[in-house]
Amino acid sequence: MSLPDNPVPGGAESHDDEDSPRARAEAQWRAAFEAAPLRDGAFETMSGIPLAAVHGDPPYPGQFPYTRGIYPSMYRSRLWTMRLFAGMGTAADTNMRFKRLLEAGGTGLSTAFDMPTLMGRDSDHPWAVGEVGRAGVAVDTIADMEDLFAGIDLSGVSTSMTINGPANILMAMYIVTGERGGTERRRLSGTIQNDILKEYQAQKEYIFPPRPSVRLVTDLIRFTTAEMPRWHPVSISGYHIREAGSTAAQELAFTLANGFAYVEAATAAGLDVDDFAGRLSFFFNSHIDFFEEIGKYRAARRIWARWMRDRYGARHERSLQLRFHTQTAGVSLTAQQPEVNIARVATQALAAVLGGTQSLHTDSYDEALALPTEQAARIALRTQQVIAHETGAPSVADPLGGSAYVEWMTDEMERRATEVFDHLDKLGEGSILEGVYEGIANGYFTGEIADSAYRFEREVNAGRRIIVGVNAYTEGDDGDTPILYIDDDVEAQQLRRLAEVRRQRDAAAVTAALDTLAAEAADPTVNLMPPIIDCVRVEATEGEIVGALEGVFGTYTEPAVV
Amino acid sequence: MTGPAAGTAGPQAERHHDRHRRQPVRVVLAKLGLDGHDRGLKVVARMLRDAGLEVIYLGLRQTTESILLAVEQEDADVIGLSIHNGGHLTLAPRMVDAVRAAGLVVPVVVGGIVPDVDLERLAEAGVFAVLGPGASAAEVAETVRAAAAARRI
Repeated sequence: MSLPDNPVPGGAESHDDEDSPRARAEAQWRAAFEAAPLRDGAFETMSGIPLAAVHGDPPYPGQFPYTRGIYPSMYRSRLWTMRLFAGMGTAADTNMRFKRLLEAGGTGLSTAFDMPTLMGRDSDHPWAVGEVGRAGVAVDTIADMEDLFAGIDLSGVSTSMTINGPANILMAMYIVTGERGGTERRRLSGTIQNDILKEYQAQKEYIFPPRPSVRLVTDLIRFTTAEMPRWHPVSISGYHIREAGSTAAQELAFTLANGFAYVEAATAAGLDVDDFAGRLSFFFNSHIDFFEEIGKYRAARRIWARWMRDRYGARHERSLQLRFHTQTAGVSLTAQQPEVNIARVATQALAAVLGGTQSLHTDSYDEALALPTEQAARIALRTQQVIAHETGAPSVADPLGGSAYVEWMTDEMERRATEVFDHLDKLGEGSILEGVYEGIANGYFTGEIADSAYRFEREVNAGRRIIVGVNAYTEGDDGDTPILYIDDDVEAQQLRRLAEVRRQRDAAAVTAALDTLAAEAADPTVNLMPPIIDCVRVEATEGEIVGALEGVFGTYTEPAVV
Repeated sequence: MTGPAAGTAGPQAERHHDRHRRQPVRVVLAKLGLDGHDRGLKVVARMLRDAGLEVIYLGLRQTTESILLAVEQEDADVIGLSIHNGGHLTLAPRMVDAVRAAGLVVPVVVGGIVPDVDLERLAEAGVFAVLGPGASAAEVAETVRAAAAARRI
């Protein structure tokens, strides 16, 4: 059955009993759909066949448990946000890239920081040599953050910042940047990744031990809940779990478990679940096994809705709706015949759209070689635009819903994830949060991920799994793809900039602000966002703020287990 | 240690050679600095182990000093460095220089993302070999064995 955009004249659906569950679901869907805004566009095929907004059986998109999507109209109201991740060199370099992406039709900014920044170290730290501005942009102080967003109206863009260990510090810098440019914090809109649990499991960009780190996460959730209504304080990320080698089902399970852990931590810190759950968001990978990925997204929405309602007692509809960003799988890109990656990225991007993503980053074809060139990044954006405007895929919500295979895959993903939740629940004696802490401490997550990564590698090595251009069809690799080079001068420029800030700031004010922060960190009931903002205002560096916190929290070293 | 019993073998040098030939190759695997991408290093660790080599896995956030310490303590033949952050031109030569400064002869093999145009510079800096994405398990094990053999000549 298909549901038309407008009520059908003459009661075409009158054979259904008006009081049947199906008729009620349909009527509710229709009312919700009609209340939703529609974007311009002819919702018909290229041959002129008019298209109903949804087909198949209830529950419909926008209806619990949201397997079919969180909105009744999905992309008929608004296309997904085409958000391309960018960052390299100095803040001024990245600022130029941001402006070009906005001019090219990008609708959101997404910031990649360099490794020292991600690890909470200043550019002049001994560990930072050779890494400054290399894999992202270097940000040491508020001065760099101001350069990064110079000339961009922060009230008019939504900004995503991929930062975890030092998330509170970078958030504070963004808040002060907005303030100085005339945008109050309540008008700032965007997302900060701030998902520390997956760092211990997969990405390994941790600073402090897990428990004080989760306190920092909940501090940021509490702060934005009170003061920044347009900000998403955590982006619970499966992306890195998958990149580290997990299967799709492990990505799904570990990520949602981390989400449950944050819900437990924030409610333990005194928040009502409905006060913050609506602003949690997710970040998934889109790998190359097309239907498995689609099943994963559909299962994720269903699991989240049920757990939030039944286990955590959420009542607001928004608290039950899993919103997510997707990035195509960097790990699937090949250094061999890199142009072929354009086809991989397009396939993965289409899976994300058919799976109902809210925003999407498409990788550039040259990213197995280096950071993307501008031309490669443009092709990646154009790939999304082709899906959005040429394929017709966004015209119908959850177009694969009802496919026996896709529904089976969705159920299978849910079943496999549930096994993991049961395991963690037992480990944590009834608390997923404690189960996740235990799984980090006993090597459960890293072991599972490493096992899956090795299994995959062995399959490729044995030729049981074909990767085009790598272990089959290898002729034609001319090896002259143009790649981006980061100027060696970036590090020197950044060091000069940092030295200049250190020289001209009020050193006594910095010391005082850092001392206050350290004192407040020792009291677990204090929200550390305000003292961190005070440190940023007096131009304390990221590394100095991390140092003050490390003095109280200590640092984390993972056990080296293969 | 499976060297010949004292007093049964020939000259010192020959005994030394023999001892090395009969022992599995020992390789230290590590990442220098802040780069946290350890998927490749862990896969390589298992590949080498399955190929019969002895792996001393140091993992993340090592320094040249911590790697040298492990090499000496474990009497390792080869250092495997994994680099995925674009810092290979800085990090790999620094490791090679540290090995030389310590008076050791331990080849350094680099794995990770290294653009072709940088291969020559790494070779000039004294890096024994670079293993890029797509290197098979057999290639990885052969390269590390070749590095160990080069050390023993």
